[in-house]
Amino acid sequence: MTDIAVETSAPAELPRTKTDWVPLALVPALALLALPFIGSPSAWVTLTVAGLAMGMMIFLMASGLTLVFGLMDIINFGHGVFISLGAYATLIVLGPLAGWGEADSIGLNLALLGLCIVTAMAVTGVVGAVFERVIVRPVYGSHLKQILVTMGGLIVAEQAIHAIWGASPIPIRLPETLRGAFVIGDIVMERYRVVAVGVGLVVFIGMQLLLNRTRIGLLIRAGVENPEMVEALGYRIRRLFVSVFVAGSALAGLGGVMWAFYRQTLTAGMGMEVMVLVFIVIIVGGLGSVGGCFVGSILVALVANYVGFLAPKLALISNILVMALVLTWRPQGLFPVARR
Amino acid sequence: MTATSVIPAPFDESRSRAGFLSRALSSDLPRSRALSFILIAIVLTLALTPLLFSGSQPLSTAAKICVFIVLVASYDLLLGYSGIVSFAHTMFFGIGGYGIAIGLEKLGPDWSSVAIGLIAALALSAVLAIAIGLLSLRVRAIFFSMITLAVASAMAVLASQMSGITGGEDGLSFQLPYALRPAFRVFSEPVFGVMINGRIVAYYLVFFVTVGVFLLLLRIVNSPFGRVLQAIRENEFRAEALGYRVVAYRTAASVISALAATIAGGLLALWLRYNGPDTTLSFAIMIDILLMVVIGGMGTMYGAIIGAALFVLAQSYLQVLMDAGSKALAGIPLLPNLVHPDRWLLWLGALFVISVYAFPGGIVGRLRQGKQS
Repeated sequence: MTDIAVETSAPAELPRTKTDWVPLALVPALALLALPFIGSPSAWVTLTVAGLAMGMMIFLMASGLTLVFGLMDIINFGHGVFISLGAYATLIVLGPLAGWGEADSIGLNLALLGLCIVTAMAVTGVVGAVFERVIVRPVYGSHLKQILVTMGGLIVAEQAIHAIWGASPIPIRLPETLRGAFVIGDIVMERYRVVAVGVGLVVFIGMQLLLNRTRIGLLIRAGVENPEMVEALGYRIRRLFVSVFVAGSALAGLGGVMWAFYRQTLTAGMGMEVMVLVFIVIIVGGLGSVGGCFVGSILVALVANYVGFLAPKLALISNILVMALVLTWRPQGLFPVARR
Repeated sequence: MTATSVIPAPFDESRSRAGFLSRALSSDLPRSRALSFILIAIVLTLALTPLLFSGSQPLSTAAKICVFIVLVASYDLLLGYSGIVSFAHTMFFGIGGYGIAIGLEKLGPDWSSVAIGLIAALALSAVLAIAIGLLSLRVRAIFFSMITLAVASAMAVLASQMSGITGGEDGLSFQLPYALRPAFRVFSEPVFGVMINGRIVAYYLVFFVTVGVFLLLLRIVNSPFGRVLQAIRENEFRAEALGYRVVAYRTAASVISALAATIAGGLLALWLRYNGPDTTLSFAIMIDILLMVVIGGMGTMYGAIIGAALFVLAQSYLQVLMDAGSKALAGIPLLPNLVHPDRWLLWLGALFVISVYAFPGGIVGRLRQGKQS
C-alpha cells in the first residue's frame, strides 16, 4: 500500500499518516458513474438522496457495533436487539404525547422526535450496561463464545420484548410535518429522509470530534491500538470499555428510533433483520473503523438504490456483490484498523 | 483419546459385539453409563416408533428428530470441532429441500428425480460452501459468521422471490415415488398389528439415512482430519506452524458440514412432501440449531442426538406445560406473559446462555463429567 508515506521534514513532530483518499473518492465516483446509466438527472438526485438517507440510518445502527468491536474486540451479535429496543422505547413517549405528533407544528414534531431519541438512548444505554455486565463480561477474549452468548442474549431479549409489548406488530405514525415529500421540479425528496440525513451527519461529525479532539477520544483511540499500554499508563480501561459499550448500545437505540419511524411498524425481529446490512457495512468499512463504517454505509445503500432502479432482480444480491468486490480489493475492508 | 481402552464398553455382552459396536462408532463411545442409557433409549424409540405408537403425530415427531439429528450433528462438526460459527447452515438445509422438491415437481415422481435433485443440490451446496469459505475464512474466522449470515439471508430472499422455480412464499408440494406413498403396502397382511405402508417405508428411509450419515460424521471427526480440525480450534497459530493449511481444513470442514445439511434438507422434504422457506430456510431454524448444539453438547456429536430429541419434544410438549402455568398465574402482571406458551423460546434461550457459561460441554459434557468424579 502506498498510504504510509511519512513526513520527515520536521523531526520534532509526530509522523503524519496520509489520509486514505481512494475509498473516500469511491462514493462520489460511484454516484457519477451511475448518472449516465440512470439517464434522467432528476431521478438520479431522487435516488441519491434516498440512498444517502438509507446509508445514514444504517450508519447510525452500525456505528456502535464497530466502535465496540474496535475498542473491546467484542463482536456483539445481539446488537440487533438494541435496535428493536430503541424502536419499542419510542412507545413510552408516543403513548402519552401522541398529540405532539398530530400537531401541525414543526417545532412540536421535532421535539417529539428528539424526546423519542433521548428516551430510546437512555433505555438502550441502561440495558446495554446490564447486557455488558451479565452477558458479555464473562466471555472477553473468546470470539466463539461471544457469538454464541450474544445470540442467546438476543433470543432472550427478543422474547422479553414480546412478553412486555406483545407479539403482534405495532404500527406507529410519523409526526405530522415529517410526512410527505419536498417536490422541487421533478425531484422528489421524502421529508423524513432529509431529517435522517441531518441526524446521521450530526452524529457522525459529533463522533469524529469526540474521537479526534477530546481526551476521551484520545484514550479510546489509544485503547483500540493497544489496551494494555493504556492500562499501564494508569487509565482504567475497564471503565472506558463499559462506557463505550453503553454508548454503542445507545447509538443502536438512536438508529432504532430512526429506523422505526422509517418503517412505521414495530416488530421484535426488526433489529435482527437489519443486522444483515449492518454486518455487511462494518465488514466493508473495516471492522472497528467509524469512518469506514460511514463510507461503507453510504456505499452499500447507494449501490442498493441504483441497482434496484436499474435491475430490480439484482438488487437482492447487490449488497453481497459490493462486499465480495471490496474484500477482494482490500481483504480487511476499506479502512483496515491497524492492530487486527 | 485412550478412553475406550480404559473404560469398559457400556454393553455387558460378548466381546465381538462390543468390537463391532466400537468399530461402528469409530471408537468414540459415549463414555458414560447414563449417557449410553439415554442414547440407547432414544435410538431404540426412534427405531421402533412405527410399531410402538399409532397415529401420524408421533411418527412425524420422530422423523423430525431424525432430520434434526443429521442437521445438528453436521453443525457440530463446524461449531464444536472446528470452532467456527456459521449462520448459513439453514441455507444448505434449504438447498437440499429445494433440490428434492424441484426435482420431484418438475421431473415427475420417481427415484431418478430424487437422485438428480439431490445430486444437483449437493453440487450447489459444495460450490457455495467453497466460495464462502475461501472468501471469508482467509482473513479472520469472525468474518465467516457475518458473511454467512449475509449470504444466507440473501439466499432466503432470493428463494422467496424466484417464485417460478421455488414456489415463492408458498413453497412446493409434490408427489413422492410410489413406494413412499401412504397407499403403498409392503405386505398385504399387518405385521405385529401394524400395516407397513409407504409412510412407514419413508420413515425408515429417513431413519437409516440418519444413522448412516451420523456414523459417517462420527468417523470423520475421529479421523486424522478431525484431529487436525480440533487442533486448529484449540490453537490456530500452532496448527499453522505445524504445517497444516488452516484455511483448507476449515473450508473442507464447512463443505462436509454443508453436504450433510443438504442431505438433511432432502430428508425433510421427502418426509413432508413439501418444502418452503419457513420449513427449511428461515432464520428461526438457525437459532433452533444453535440451541440444540449448545444444549446437547458442542464437540461431542452425541450431543446432536440428545439436543435434537430434547428440543423437538420441548417444541411439541413444553408449550402444553407452559399453557397450564400461564393459566395458573393469571391475574399477576407480566408473569403470565413470561410463561405464555409462545414464550417457550425465552426459557430455552436462558438455558442456552447458562449452558455456554456453566456447561460448555452441554448435557453430554455434564454426564461425562459425572462419570469421572
